[in-house]
Amino acid sequence: MTRISVTVDGVKYSDDVEPRTLLVHYLRENLGKVGTVIGCDTSNCGACTVHLDGRSVKACNVLAVQADGHEVTTIEGLAEGGQLHPMQQAFHEHHALQCGYCTPGMIMQAIDILKDNASPSEEQIRAGLEGNLCRCTGYHNIVKAVSAAAEAGAGSKAGE
Amino acid sequence: MSVSPDALVEIAEEVQDQQPEDSGSGREIGNRRLRKEDQRLITGRTKWTDNIVLPGMVHLAMVRSPFAHARITGIDTSAAAEAPNVIGVYTAADFPEGLGVCANAWPITPDQVTPDHLPMVGERVACAGEIVAVVAARSAAEARDAAELVDVDYDELPAVLDGMEALKDEVLAHPDKGTNKSAFWKLDSAEAGTGGNVDEAVAAAREDGIVIEREYRQQRLVPAFMEPRSTVVDPTGEQVTMWTSTQVPHILRFLIAATTGMPESKVRVIAPDVGGGFGGKLQTTPEEFITLAVARRLGKPAKYTETRSESLLSAHHGRDQYQKLTLSATKDGTVTGLKVDLVANLGAYVAIVGGGVPVLGAWMFNAIYKFPAYQFNCQTVLTNTTWVDAYRGAGRPEATYAIERIMDELAAEVGVDPLEIRERNWIKHEEFPFTSVAGMVYDSGNYEAATARAKELFGYDELRAEQKARRESGDPVQLGIGVSTFTEMCGLAPSRVLGQLSYGAGGWESASIRMLPTGKVEVITGTSPHGQGHETAWSQIVADRLGVPFEDVEVLHGDTQVAYKGLDTYGSRSLVVGGEAVVRAADKVIEKAKAFAAHLLEANADDLEFSGGRYAVKGTDKGIGITEVALATFASHNYPEDLEPGIDADATYDPVNFSFPHGTHLCAMEVDTETGASRMRRYVCVDDIGHIINPLIVEGQIHGGLVQGIAQALWEEAVFDDNGTLVTGSFVDYTLPTAADTISFVTENTTSPSTTNTLGTKGVGEAGTIASTPAVVNAIVDALRDRGINDIQMPCTPHRVWSAIQGAGGAMATPAEGQPHFHEDAPTNADPGTTGEGSAQ
Amino acid sequence: MIPASFEYLAPTSLADALSALAEAGDEGKVLAGGQSLLPVLRMRLNAPEKVIDLGRIEELRGIREDGDHLVIGAMTTHADVAASDLVWEHAAVLADAAAEVADPQIRHRGTIGGALVHADPAGDLGAPVLALDAEFVIAGPGGERTVAAADFFVDLFETAVEDGELLTAIRIPKHTGWGGHYEKFVRVAHQWSIVAVAAAVRVEDGAIAEAKVGLTNMGSTPLRAAAVESALVGRSTGDLGDACSAAADGTNPPSDLNGDAEYRKHLATVLTKRAVLAAAGG
Repeated sequence: MTRISVTVDGVKYSDDVEPRTLLVHYLRENLGKVGTVIGCDTSNCGACTVHLDGRSVKACNVLAVQADGHEVTTIEGLAEGGQLHPMQQAFHEHHALQCGYCTPGMIMQAIDILKDNASPSEEQIRAGLEGNLCRCTGYHNIVKAVSAAAEAGAGSKAGE
Repeated sequence: MSVSPDALVEIAEEVQDQQPEDSGSGREIGNRRLRKEDQRLITGRTKWTDNIVLPGMVHLAMVRSPFAHARITGIDTSAAAEAPNVIGVYTAADFPEGLGVCANAWPITPDQVTPDHLPMVGERVACAGEIVAVVAARSAAEARDAAELVDVDYDELPAVLDGMEALKDEVLAHPDKGTNKSAFWKLDSAEAGTGGNVDEAVAAAREDGIVIEREYRQQRLVPAFMEPRSTVVDPTGEQVTMWTSTQVPHILRFLIAATTGMPESKVRVIAPDVGGGFGGKLQTTPEEFITLAVARRLGKPAKYTETRSESLLSAHHGRDQYQKLTLSATKDGTVTGLKVDLVANLGAYVAIVGGGVPVLGAWMFNAIYKFPAYQFNCQTVLTNTTWVDAYRGAGRPEATYAIERIMDELAAEVGVDPLEIRERNWIKHEEFPFTSVAGMVYDSGNYEAATARAKELFGYDELRAEQKARRESGDPVQLGIGVSTFTEMCGLAPSRVLGQLSYGAGGWESASIRMLPTGKVEVITGTSPHGQGHETAWSQIVADRLGVPFEDVEVLHGDTQVAYKGLDTYGSRSLVVGGEAVVRAADKVIEKAKAFAAHLLEANADDLEFSGGRYAVKGTDKGIGITEVALATFASHNYPEDLEPGIDADATYDPVNFSFPHGTHLCAMEVDTETGASRMRRYVCVDDIGHIINPLIVEGQIHGGLVQGIAQALWEEAVFDDNGTLVTGSFVDYTLPTAADTISFVTENTTSPSTTNTLGTKGVGEAGTIASTPAVVNAIVDALRDRGINDIQMPCTPHRVWSAIQGAGGAMATPAEGQPHFHEDAPTNADPGTTGEGSAQ
Repeated sequence: MIPASFEYLAPTSLADALSALAEAGDEGKVLAGGQSLLPVLRMRLNAPEKVIDLGRIEELRGIREDGDHLVIGAMTTHADVAASDLVWEHAAVLADAAAEVADPQIRHRGTIGGALVHADPAGDLGAPVLALDAEFVIAGPGGERTVAAADFFVDLFETAVEDGELLTAIRIPKHTGWGGHYEKFVRVAHQWSIVAVAAAVRVEDGAIAEAKVGLTNMGSTPLRAAAVESALVGRSTGDLGDACSAAADGTNPPSDLNGDAEYRKHLATVLTKRAVLAAAGG
């Protein structure tokens, strides 16, 4: 067991974990952050995307021990004071989700896109989502939502 | 604290007073209502099965066969049993009473060969991934660690993997069965009295006309829902509760009871939030039965969640057919007959509806056309591969692909535009209702309108001009235009028809409406959504029907204890069957409440009219709202003696016909002739799905459907190596498309309301998938047809396209690389096979 | 899926890392960004007893100039390489290739050193560093040594980095003023390269003065297309003629679901031409 301290969604946690524990398992099983989900075992699907020190990573491809001393933001930490993050709101308004399983990862990655580029083109949005698989939406409305969120100024929010 | 009944009424009245006034009728249906489901999903407050944690819960790991076909000569579980925190290790031998059966619910012929499909096998594995042992441990990691320690000895047996090979019966998937042939099913229009004799039509066309023969391959696909399957079973208490990632909680409960002997009343199945299905979760799975058995054995809750690799190997696959079409036509391109021969690979077992899926094609190969003669022959075969069953479209995409591909071939032969050849043969809008050569009654449609609008949106003539220019300039990037004018049959299904097809269940759906005293309305549906948005759409229907606010309607589903009766979600049935049941339940509520309203208003029921949620006494300003009636029945202080104190209602609806959505899809593909890469340039579809409840949801269904169909055309294929190992066993090799591989679509609708349900709706869940595959391949072939290429096998990988270009050379049509060829003993009209009579109902 | 158990070591200096590695011997596995290693561990294709994480060694991170070389620390992420003005200025083809590795999330974690030592022939960074004649700085118990790119890639998943050694930095001769382009061919965006070509060219007066071309997934290691490089010299950027036709000479590409060897050889010639034209144009 290895002792780690990780700040997740603004709360500092200390836990003993087995070194083999993946960050996504730590989030789900130790912290109950089940909003972040697992979709594959090869780091292709992106369903488990979270922010580590402010940048998107696949939580199935990081060990919990690697996150020691770092800060993690999950889908559950986005809404502030009951207010949805503009990206969450845009996904809702543009019907960018159906079953919703890929949605947490999609939203986290979409926010990351805007950190580098506050007003991306459709092509840039599509390229920025290349690490996230969705089986329901055909991506059409996801791209639309990200574009709308960017236009609504979610980019400035993303930089925070 | 005690509360007097009157106080309760007051509380309820207060709550009602806080509500907005009723929203009136006719305002919700057709609205782009944002989904009620979204809030929990976009904030991560979801109830996926794998999120469930119960006290004392054990975690399971499966030990699966790496071999496609092998005899098990020994299983040593001792090391695993000794591993840390292992609670139990079990093999089939530990369950002499059995674990239940993964049942086949649709034997397509009385003599269908149906191998026993047991959740765990002890003697022989018939495909890779079959479960031979299960480990229960305190954590998932420890269960997996111990599973690696289970030592299984196998004697490998020869395996048959390919459908055509299986037909030869040289290597048997199940030696004890003596044959790989499962069933032969036939529909002949001359015999059924719905059309002429196809052999005569073909013979005549050979004399004076056109005969086109083509073989197409429907590659094997994986539904690949995003949420891996997961099951939690809690055996504590009087009743066993199973949460599972399924499309079919009701069917599952029934089959658990039917095959384990557990009383149905002791089993509660809950489908919480389910992350996609696409047919892939309509199975009753070995993993569900095993989790149930282990939980009961230990008396502790148990959880099994599959990995993606397990999912790709062991959740059922889709498609995998060889198709041969013989089309006869006059010289001007009027089709005179169509004969279809299919070989469908079912995999190692006949899955729940696996045998029936290819048979659904029987009514679809004739599509939107007026073919005078038709014959459909389907041979299903068993192989040592993952079992095959419904995947989005189930039988209809296969048929639509083949007919829409060969109609392009006919157009090329006659030398006219593909849309023109279709128009020559399709049913005219004034000819509806139309009885097809396969015996189906198409209730409504307007192919002319959808096609005209699609052409306009697409810029058809401009793109044809660009195609010509690129050809003339020898541009290395060629442009092709693909057409697909599809129809499909969905809304499964009239129970009588299913009975004639020896399907094991009915096709009805149920709904209940509870009028709560606070003015809220609970709608309980037997459908089981997993992304489709029933909570939103059903609320819209009920809000309109009862004249209550959309926000006040709550839709409950997916729990056999709440929605006690239902047949679940698949086959684009939920709205056209389940939605109609909701309408009928609402109408019953209105009727029941009317008697109360009359009593409360001291009026004659015949003098009341119901509108906008309110019963009004005709010609007066006297009236009462339906939610006020609900409250009055709750208190029941004052009600007619001849009535029960309640206005809740149940309805079960059995559809009178399938629904027949249709549409025209146009696709432009750019083909890089130097690399073989194909890139989508433009995609336009105009679908006619009758009246639309929520356009936002419909567009989403179309978009997602399109990409799944496009993915079959371009990207996806499940491939086994010669040993029966799945090569495409992870998302590294089973290549799902990403946002970066796809484009934005142009979607519109025309409206020919269904005449067989109250709302005039048709199913939309599968339409996009059914239509798009041939549109894409037709476009690629169209781009290359001047080089003599008339087919590319799916998926049209750059390698295959490039190889076709290399092989083409001259003007003669040459089969593309990998094109399947029917063996001489493929089923023909004369093949007795294992005969079973199909009927054209 | 969950990896098998292992002991985790997180040294904070290169010296400590080398000692840990020495102590672990055959049982140790180095964790850099982990973007290839963790899936391997999860699928239990490998089960080391000790995992030595280099993630806390600051000295292995960063991009700096050293005279006529760029020095990129082995633990620098793909995202940092792709976002570096220095790399774009002096080694454009490498920056372009780094931006094409996998997907954004993986580029945030994956490192240049980890990817190069992993030495997957379909990986995207071998071809550009080979084309740019990079040098590899390798530290071991006996001190530091430098290996030329031509000697670094040994075979499938095998490099000149021996047991007990660590790659610490990649030194790249500055190709200031050179155009660079990485032409990657995949069926779907998140796939490994079927074939890719890294091209760096120096253009003088509309003609190619010097060209360097590296090939991805055309053999068990990244390869140089030497015949193409010499054939390109002197060609007008408006007409490369048949200069790229020998791109596949001497290659031995794999055959798999994405294409057979013959197809890959063909692709190499087409993509080389496209890469060179793009590099010359940029």
